[in-house]
Amino acid sequence: MAQRLDLLKETPSQTAGPYIHIGATPNHAGISGVYPEDLGGAMVGRSAKGERITIVGHVIDGGNEPLKDALVEIWQADAAGLYNSPQERRGKADPHFTGFGRQPTDGATGEFRFETIKPGRVPFVDGRLMAPHITFWIIARGINVGLHTRMYFSDEAAANAKCPVLARLEQQSRVKTLIAQRSEKGGKATYAFNIRLQGEGETVFFDI
Amino acid sequence: MSEQGIERMHDAGTYYRRDRGWHPPPLTPQYKTSLLRSPRFALLSLENTISETTGPVFGHDLIGELDNDLIRNYAKAGEAIGPRINVYGRVLDENGRGVADTLVEIWQANAGGRYRHKREGYTAPLDPNFGGCGRTITDAEGRYWFRTIKPGAYPWPNRVNDWRPAHIHFSVFGHAFAQRLVSQMYFEGDPMIWQCPIATGVPDRAALEQLIAALDRNNSTHMDSLAYKFDIVLRGRRSTPFENKTEGA
Repeated sequence: MAQRLDLLKETPSQTAGPYIHIGATPNHAGISGVYPEDLGGAMVGRSAKGERITIVGHVIDGGNEPLKDALVEIWQADAAGLYNSPQERRGKADPHFTGFGRQPTDGATGEFRFETIKPGRVPFVDGRLMAPHITFWIIARGINVGLHTRMYFSDEAAANAKCPVLARLEQQSRVKTLIAQRSEKGGKATYAFNIRLQGEGETVFFDI
Repeated sequence: MSEQGIERMHDAGTYYRRDRGWHPPPLTPQYKTSLLRSPRFALLSLENTISETTGPVFGHDLIGELDNDLIRNYAKAGEAIGPRINVYGRVLDENGRGVADTLVEIWQANAGGRYRHKREGYTAPLDPNFGGCGRTITDAEGRYWFRTIKPGAYPWPNRVNDWRPAHIHFSVFGHAFAQRLVSQMYFEGDPMIWQCPIATGVPDRAALEQLIAALDRNNSTHMDSLAYKFDIVLRGRRSTPFENKTEGA
């Protein structure tokens, strides 16, 4: 017998169920007076550096219907490419930008919407820079383990073409499922980013 | 090497690969909603980058005085009705180390099995003094504590006459986005766990037993509440100093 590693096993995941909004965004779900505000609703302080952007999208199932009971969380670097996290050792992130956002998909339309800033670039494990991206995490009824994916930016074609993560995809035609399309109105940028759980144009999800 | 240095070495590590066979697979046909919500392509495997080894950390000042007391945090007059319980435990990582200062959120049905949600279709009544959400942040050893009422079982639209066993939903952040987890806690001795298409989506019996909180008579509150102990394990960090990687700029 060899020595034992004595490792514990990770707690198995379970679906968030249809009422995730009660726990994650209770004010949105009509449960007021418990928390002053829903977590992750305000990411950008007035003094935050970086371009203000809006991200709008839907989470779409294999029957082409938007999920109205999903929760979407995002995690991203600040405009200089630093994470507002104790594990960030490369410098101090912008204190006016949290980097974490959480939004429900709308109960009537299924739309989610984030008001954030465009992130800077951060390095891959070998030091090469990845293209600017935002980590997405999706949970909902019917999703047994939360789904990780990334959003990249349509106006970063040169960086996207050199991103070591996007280069990892065997089916390069699927890269486009990770790229949000930029549009501008009144000088303000909006990125459209739909997440398809299954079927034509299925989003690339990560095991990270 | 100073203790701080050891800690820093640990903190710089990436995470053990998630054992997907220990979790329910994405497609569990007996749980019908998973059919159209499960990806068909294989996941893209990727070593952790700084985008995953970092994560949001919330300060203890986020937490209000009653946030972890579901018997009182929504009550307008009186207290929530139902069997009173303490739910407590530790958030650990796979190395058995406590995960300090991490946000734990819970949500649940009331004692009759009814959620406070406009799309809820079960006839059991709402409890005017029960909202159904709570949160806390673990202490320096990773401990947490909630007071609540034991939720009821309830029927749900899946197969005819499917019922969910009593459960509490948990959401845990950990110290890195790679550790993010949502799950459900079940109660010791409940025969309905083993008939539930969601719970039994966990393929391994020992894995499902990891979701069942233990009745702990020693930590009940005298003439007030029973206690259930529920430890939560998040992914562990690699700790060898010989990682073959280049530090970022």
